[in-house]
Amino acid sequence: MLMRYATMRLAQLIPMVLVVTMVVFFIMMIVPGDPVMVMLGAVDGAQVSREVYDAMRLQLGLDKPLIVQYLNWLSKVLQGDLGTSITFRTSALEVIFLRLVPTMYLMIGGLIVAVIIAVPAGVLAAIHNNTKWDHLATGFVVLGISVPTFWLALVTILIFAVYLGWLPSIGYTRPQDDFIEFLKHIALPMSVVALNIAATVLRFQRQDFLEQMHQDYVRTARAKGLSERLVLWKHVLRNSLMTTVTVVGLQMAYLSGLITIVESVFNYPGIGYLLLNSIRTRDFIVVQGVVLFMVFLVIIVNLLVDIFYTVLDPRIRYQ
Amino acid sequence: MEARAGYDASVFQPLTERPSSVTRKIIAFLGSDQRLMVGGILLILYVVIGLVGPSISPYDLNAPDLAVRMQAPSSTHWLGTDRIGRDVLTRIIAGSRVSLQVAAGAVLMALLLGAPLGAFGSYIGGTIDALVQRVMEGIMSFPALVLALALVALAGPSVIMLWFAIAFSSIPRYARLIRSGVLTQKEREYVDAARALGQSPMRILVKQILPNIMAPIAVQLTLDFARAISVEASLSYLGLGLSVPYISWGTMIRDAQDFLEVAPWLAIFPGLALVGVILAFTIVGDALRDRMDPRMRRSLSRRLV
Repeated sequence: MLMRYATMRLAQLIPMVLVVTMVVFFIMMIVPGDPVMVMLGAVDGAQVSREVYDAMRLQLGLDKPLIVQYLNWLSKVLQGDLGTSITFRTSALEVIFLRLVPTMYLMIGGLIVAVIIAVPAGVLAAIHNNTKWDHLATGFVVLGISVPTFWLALVTILIFAVYLGWLPSIGYTRPQDDFIEFLKHIALPMSVVALNIAATVLRFQRQDFLEQMHQDYVRTARAKGLSERLVLWKHVLRNSLMTTVTVVGLQMAYLSGLITIVESVFNYPGIGYLLLNSIRTRDFIVVQGVVLFMVFLVIIVNLLVDIFYTVLDPRIRYQ
Repeated sequence: MEARAGYDASVFQPLTERPSSVTRKIIAFLGSDQRLMVGGILLILYVVIGLVGPSISPYDLNAPDLAVRMQAPSSTHWLGTDRIGRDVLTRIIAGSRVSLQVAAGAVLMALLLGAPLGAFGSYIGGTIDALVQRVMEGIMSFPALVLALALVALAGPSVIMLWFAIAFSSIPRYARLIRSGVLTQKEREYVDAARALGQSPMRILVKQILPNIMAPIAVQLTLDFARAISVEASLSYLGLGLSVPYISWGTMIRDAQDFLEVAPWLAIFPGLALVGVILAFTIVGDALRDRMDPRMRRSLSRRLV
């Protein structure tokens, strides 16, 4: 049953992948100028040798109809060939993978910290509904949503690096080189990511917990004499964690944008930083590659969340 | 029961009262919820400042004044001066115009592109509807900011491109909102009645159905306004926003970054202006949603019972 559900879900991905790749493909068309020169990164009047030009022209298949160009490109993308980076002169996928590890530390670390903060805080805010704790939590949510990430990042730099001098403001150290330095460097960017995600998770955790608290099963649990603590922290929390999983999964798209900004502010060498650098050096192959990579990441995570959901709640499979 | 009482009070006006003017209605509306009051006043303030513009300041917007470079906030320059002696407050005032204009354009564009897609898709149904939905789902899986970034970076920044880049990932929200609205309203009796009267589908859509689904759209517009302002500032901060004749808060903060240690006010004040306006739109949007969204109201009353 689960397998069938997973297969069905996979089949539903086909139109989505088509749409997504089409959007990326056509976005590349809006770049002003000769597409061959654009793909070679020679947009500002740079010279390109005839051979290189012709090779790229052939590779892009510009003499063929648009739909054929798209399908050729798509089949390459699906095989993992995102083209050759203009500035790095190696495979774009390789360039991306090299910068993936720091980004994963940031994303996963940020998510974990966010969940650790937001789930208990959301539950407490719901239990103490309409008290000052609840208002404090709501205030945090509203601020977390309203304060632009880049500015929050600058303010944390100002406080913790400039004034207090506790942490370095920018850069990155690999954990295998010096773990303490790694922690120092990742602390600020990770906090910014975590605060942002925590605001959203807290909001939904609180709301869902409030709704769950009035379900029939809660009354039953209370009626059979379970302690209030057991009812809330075991029965209700377990049910409302489903929402948390979904919310975290749905944050994936937002998270990609978030890390792009955070990495840019902190000069943190991940794929978001790579994306911005590639925009600056006009390496459109890598720009395209990173955007595709991020979208596929979002789609895959959403798929996993969906499947995980059915594992947690078997009722969904039968619908 | 407090929320309920407040709501009821605004519905049952005393019959003896004279028909109220539009302004009085607005004041009553704003006064019915603290969030609406605070957020609304803040918004009006921003809009007024944006409309009046930097001409209210005694300082020139762009002329450098090297004698007063990088001065901290003082009684002459309330929010200090930047690295070539321009008044920060004057530039923040000018920035509010760009911020609001870009956001307004982006939000309207998202609505104008999304609404017809949702309306016609749901009205026609079948394959076209399914196709539109798949496309919308595809767009929704893009990270909004990254997509906007790529669009602006590739096409080059212009006001219209910026609108489109910010609007693009919001299109599905309006398409879906209107689609579900039309689908539920389509079966209602008043639509049957209009159809029996011989009104054309287009007329039914615009004259009958649309007014009935305005509330959630208004909420979405308000919340999207906040998002659009944030995205515009982020793009400008990353160096991908509107350039020189335009003054954006994001660009101001970007320029201030190098002077964080010596002149933190350069980064702090434009940021506060930004937070203020986003906060205002967010709380007004939230308050409107609680007020207008019947689903929310039901869950609220259920919670209160």
